[in-house]
Amino acid sequence: MTTDAAGGDPHDELARVVREHAGRLAAALVRLIGDFSAAEDLVQDAVVAALQRWPVDGIPDRPDAWLFTVARRRGLDVLRRETRYREKLAQVQWPVPPEPDERLRLIFTCCHPALPRSAQVALTLRVVCGLTTAQIARAFLVPETTVAQRISRAKRKIADAGIPYRLPSGPELADRVGEVLTVVYLMLNEGYLSSGGEVASQRLVDDAEWLAALLHELLPDEPEVAGLLALIRLHRARSGGRFDAGGGLVLLADQDRARWDHAAIADAVALLTRAARRGRPGPYQLQAAIVACHAEAPRWEDTDWEQIVLLYDMLLHLAPSPVTRLHRAVALRYTAGPAAALAAVEEVSGRLDGYHLFHATRAGLLRDLGHAAEAREADARALELTQNPAEQAILHDRLHWT
Amino acid sequence: MKYVLLFVDTEQFSADLEAMTPDDRARAFAKVDAWMAEHRHLIRGGSKLQDAHTATTVRLDAPEPIVTDGPFVEGKEVVSGYLEVDVADLDEALRMVRTWPGCPVVEIRPLES
Repeated sequence: MTTDAAGGDPHDELARVVREHAGRLAAALVRLIGDFSAAEDLVQDAVVAALQRWPVDGIPDRPDAWLFTVARRRGLDVLRRETRYREKLAQVQWPVPPEPDERLRLIFTCCHPALPRSAQVALTLRVVCGLTTAQIARAFLVPETTVAQRISRAKRKIADAGIPYRLPSGPELADRVGEVLTVVYLMLNEGYLSSGGEVASQRLVDDAEWLAALLHELLPDEPEVAGLLALIRLHRARSGGRFDAGGGLVLLADQDRARWDHAAIADAVALLTRAARRGRPGPYQLQAAIVACHAEAPRWEDTDWEQIVLLYDMLLHLAPSPVTRLHRAVALRYTAGPAAALAAVEEVSGRLDGYHLFHATRAGLLRDLGHAAEAREADARALELTQNPAEQAILHDRLHWT
Repeated sequence: MKYVLLFVDTEQFSADLEAMTPDDRARAFAKVDAWMAEHRHLIRGGSKLQDAHTATTVRLDAPEPIVTDGPFVEGKEVVSGYLEVDVADLDEALRMVRTWPGCPVVEIRPLES
């Protein structure tokens, strides 16, 4: 059941209830009727019905039983020709006794490495989090038909290629957990700094946090799962300062840190510290540690940049990437000065020429070094490359006022 | 469930194999033999194919069949062998393929049942 009874937006409440129950129902139905695709269809129908009925009738006392009843009725109807599924379905009553790790199996199937990444994301959101195709399309700014196609292709592949519905074990587990975490991380990224509509992206971050928390509950010994959960929570804890009253993006240096949720920051740091004690560092723990450095600094001037540069070095060692090198260069600005930082930025110019933040970072450093004309040129290039309205606004301001 | 594993050679792989000393090459082949032995109980058939220069392709989508020299895709990657395997599911096929010590690309394709 939902634990947050703080009221708030009825749509949030609706989303929470669906998220809490859709995945359980899907997992139970896959087990009961033994067909991933058919079970998923039934849950999706029930979710669509709930999104129509609940805003009018109110959320039922037993949302799980309500969703099950609709899915079952629909199942008895559409599975007419599939007698074996129908008979199984006709016999079950809700609640069915849950099997341990049932939703975990569902997640691992949705994020199977034999599926393309975009399908893993869409399938996980739909099957595990109970989003509709339309909601996924809005969050990722792609046509609904594209999402529907990705999902139906993925379901066909699961059935035809023999993708199993089971928990990976042994040495396979680590790889497969990594695959799932990548999907959750993509949701965070898209939701946190996306070009999507505000409500849809907020919802995506909710889903990412919820999934990470579920994974953490089911796989408590995996430090990278805890690391990603801490990372998401650290980002969220600071979301209060990210936008001004007019919806404009506020740069980290200018954010009002009193608006950050310091209790949530302390909790996330404690979670991260527990994970780090296992002595198996990974990219998510390191990224969370970097964000924690910012979150724990009382003022911008107090930021421990030396520590941040060190964490970036470790991150680059584990997961080399030009974007991480760019971020490290930003930190280097405060430990070694703008000239050293600019040199580090130029090193990745070949790989990041199409990335707006590369040009925006370059512009900032050029300006610090007194090269105003070149800085303007770089800002203009950054503006060309971003779709995000909040970032566009900042770059516009910079072009107008500097 | 039955799958075919399609083994794919790249130009680089062939060149590397060519450049090996006879001893190294014998060791590389021994690894493949050991892999075959380890998975014998799952393998239902298959073979190494002769070199791509022996391939002949016939196109039947023209008014008359067109016979050409070479494999059907002109490229740096050519199918060099296949195995039919009988395993529980895709994960078992993936487990097998992950430890394959030969050519650098393997496609896994389920058979129509």
